[in-house]
Amino acid sequence: MRVALFVTCVNDTLFPDTGRAVVRLLRRLGVEADFPRAQTCCGQMHANTGYRDEAVRLARRSVAALRGYDAVVVPSGSCAAMIREQYPKLAGSSGVTPFADAVAQVVPRTYELTEFLVDVLGVTDVGAYFPHRVTYHPTCHSLRGIHLGDRPLTLLRQVRGIELVPLPGAEECCGFGGTFALKNADVSAAMCADKVRAVLDTGAEVLCAADNSCLMHIGGMLGRQKSGVRVMHLAEILCSAETAGVR
Amino acid sequence: MSVTFLGMPATRPFPRNAARAVRDSQLRFNLRKATRTIRARRASVVAEAPDWAELREAGRAIKEHTLRNLDRYLIQLEEAVTAAGGRVHWAADGAEANRIVAGLVKATGETEVVKVKSMATQEIGLNEALLEHGITAYETDLAELIVQLGDDRPSHILVPAIHRNRAEIREIFAEHMSGWGRPAPEDLTDDPAALAEAARLHLRERFLKTKVAISGANFAIAETGTMVVLESEGNGRMCLTLPRTLISVVGIEKVLPTWRDLEVFLQLLPRSSTGERMNPYTSTWTGAAEGQEFHLVLLDNGRTGVLADEVGRQALRCIRCSACLNVCPVYERAGGHAYGSVYPGPIGAILTPQLRGMESELDRSLPYASSLCGACYEVCPVAIDIPSVLVDLRARARHPWPERAGMAAAGWVFERSGRLARLQRAGGRLRRLVPRRLPGPLGGWTDTRDLPEVPRESFRDWWDRTDGGRR
Amino acid sequence: MSSRDLILARVRRALAGVPDVEITRAYRGPSQTPGEIRLFEERVRDYRAMVHVVDEAGVAERVALSLAGRGARRVVVPAGFPAPWLAAADVEAVADDPPLSAADLDAVDGVLTTCAVAIAETGTIVLDAGPGQGRRALTLVPDYHLCVVRAAQVVAGVPDAVALLAPARPLTWISGPSATSDIELNRVEGVHGPRTLEVLIVT
Ligand code: SF4
Repeated sequence: MRVALFVTCVNDTLFPDTGRAVVRLLRRLGVEADFPRAQTCCGQMHANTGYRDEAVRLARRSVAALRGYDAVVVPSGSCAAMIREQYPKLAGSSGVTPFADAVAQVVPRTYELTEFLVDVLGVTDVGAYFPHRVTYHPTCHSLRGIHLGDRPLTLLRQVRGIELVPLPGAEECCGFGGTFALKNADVSAAMCADKVRAVLDTGAEVLCAADNSCLMHIGGMLGRQKSGVRVMHLAEILCSAETAGVR
Repeated sequence: MSVTFLGMPATRPFPRNAARAVRDSQLRFNLRKATRTIRARRASVVAEAPDWAELREAGRAIKEHTLRNLDRYLIQLEEAVTAAGGRVHWAADGAEANRIVAGLVKATGETEVVKVKSMATQEIGLNEALLEHGITAYETDLAELIVQLGDDRPSHILVPAIHRNRAEIREIFAEHMSGWGRPAPEDLTDDPAALAEAARLHLRERFLKTKVAISGANFAIAETGTMVVLESEGNGRMCLTLPRTLISVVGIEKVLPTWRDLEVFLQLLPRSSTGERMNPYTSTWTGAAEGQEFHLVLLDNGRTGVLADEVGRQALRCIRCSACLNVCPVYERAGGHAYGSVYPGPIGAILTPQLRGMESELDRSLPYASSLCGACYEVCPVAIDIPSVLVDLRARARHPWPERAGMAAAGWVFERSGRLARLQRAGGRLRRLVPRRLPGPLGGWTDTRDLPEVPRESFRDWWDRTDGGRR
Repeated sequence: MSSRDLILARVRRALAGVPDVEITRAYRGPSQTPGEIRLFEERVRDYRAMVHVVDEAGVAERVALSLAGRGARRVVVPAGFPAPWLAAADVEAVADDPPLSAADLDAVDGVLTTCAVAIAETGTIVLDAGPGQGRRALTLVPDYHLCVVRAAQVVAGVPDAVALLAPARPLTWISGPSATSDIELNRVEGVHGPRTLEVLIVT
């Protein structure tokens, strides 16, 4: 099986630990992922802010880079949702046939990380060890965009040493929403404050999610408040083992 | 084209209205409490219906089919209503509808009318228009009454006074009821039952003596000419049955093809809106019922423009249940007034700019009044994909130049992976120089949140250096 | 051009070349089974209405008890209401003939009716102005409504009721007493319609 890692521009640029964790985790499970070097950004920010032409250009680049693989693994519910939900619409309205063909080839083979682990590899115990109190935030696009369901929690429950605590109001948006956080900074901050309060109420030491952009948002406020709660991408928890450190 | 009026003047952009609202602790508390109550109720009665997904799909399809054959169904409706003794009027815009209604009321010789809560008449500013003709319209729905007495504006589709709590309502009643009719009882408390009782007493006389009523309708059945109104308090029944003349102002998208279709919508609507298995009262009547004089005013007011839009058209499926408002995290914090339209919340964010256009700063800001979290789509009983319509509207909006420049720059960087890599390396070298507070619009982030630390090495450089961790 | 023609022309222009969509009705349609009385009773009670289940022989006595319990002396009884059911009650039965004025209706102690259909799943009774039900205002203005439902009239769900009812008749679907959720979205019973609803189910 030829597997491509679509690491996403946010992880590539700001959270390389997550990318490394995915590579190591997959390797531990016997999968050597390829990193198609031409990839950059899926175009979600442009699409969702109303820059459709730029989004189409980036979508075309992305499918060109990712086509031909048996599976594309994306460690971001949001970018996976962009590819699966919005690419077909963009391709349809662009009227460019090669683009539409590439989208039709790539979209059904695109998996968010936990989907790939649970549905394709069929594993729920990835052999991780993480002796910390953790709460999980199911980000909007993971939950309502691509319907990850309880895959992430199923994986987390198998992690040895973990103390998993439920997050009250988990299904509510953290207020990130890409450029929403800038354009509607006040409402965004109000939403984030409620999310932060819910996280603190759990007494967790780690907040985990399948999306680093939401974690960057919530983590940014947790950090500003000197709350002492750290945020971690799910992949990094699943990758950590008794012998090696997190890094 | 003239600008469609939606019951409120378009003023400041949404973010500025919202910024003020998020600081209003009373408003935040009231909205939080109310939306959470109703969310839980809706969730429990929806979970109880084993065929909810199938009802929702049928609701979506029936509405979509109706819209796609709207001319045919409107004509059929007109014929059926006329055959049953009613009269049908067509209003291309709000001003025409107001003229028609004022003329009909004047013809009765009356100067007072009672009203059942109706979004369509709010949308066209009917009460204000009637007043210019010397006709006073009395709102009879409890929440509408609160808004009218308080000289306030509605902030929710179903519960226009959702932004008010019981203590505020008590104050409004005690102070203003006397100006509109029977005063509030001297010893009025803020117990909701006492407040409801005060409204009952205040309106009782008026119901018994007023000769003309104005309503909307939740559904209009083309096949039979039947109008359907769902309500809770009985004020609707009072208005629909007691007066001699009944005038219903109904948006053209409210038509349903067949009587049978009610089996779907009488399940979808109550469970989605008030979170009940069934609302206390549903009235249906066909034409001139029980000797009444009945007028149906069919209202376009921008709807046909929405109908022409391939993506935006689905907004016309809306049955005004308000489930999307109740579940919306942005609505919960910004409140309904921030949307500057009688249609607030997610549905307002897609409907208002389509009806009114995107000329004003406010209307251009509405499609952005969402984090695209998708909660509205999930609860919508007719499956309106609100996030997709928002994104589509954003693509048509005029964007501010600094944003255009930023987006173009980002697009240029992402155009070539080499450009991205070079930028990442520069960022890695300059990582210590990133300020704690960012300037301009980016400051919206750093006002309340830290920035993530820029890593020394990007993922792609790590991959190259270590051959994907194999070296 | 009239506004009618203008609107229809705009609609047609908007829809030019737009394909129709298929309607699938995979939800539970009208069922063949009658409504469960126990469920109906429970669901009516959920709205904080009073419910009693009696057999045919006990109706008159139960009606008398309910009216007496309410302290009702003058009660509107629409034409066609089964006379034997009223036989034991010590009340003045007010007829709507000639039609009572709104003020007359406001002065009576209550109204006693039958219904056309009842729905178990939603606890709803539907009146269609048929025999024993009268015109719509009769069950609206008085503050107390006592409704007698025959078990055979109880259907399972909303689709059953819609199939049985005639659209040409004015219908009133009643689910509990008048109520409002307008204050903090909390349900409070009792606004403009009858504040007390009492339902007798005859098995
Ligand atoms: S858009 Fe959907 S959820 Fe919102 S009010 Fe309309 S029907 Fe209800």
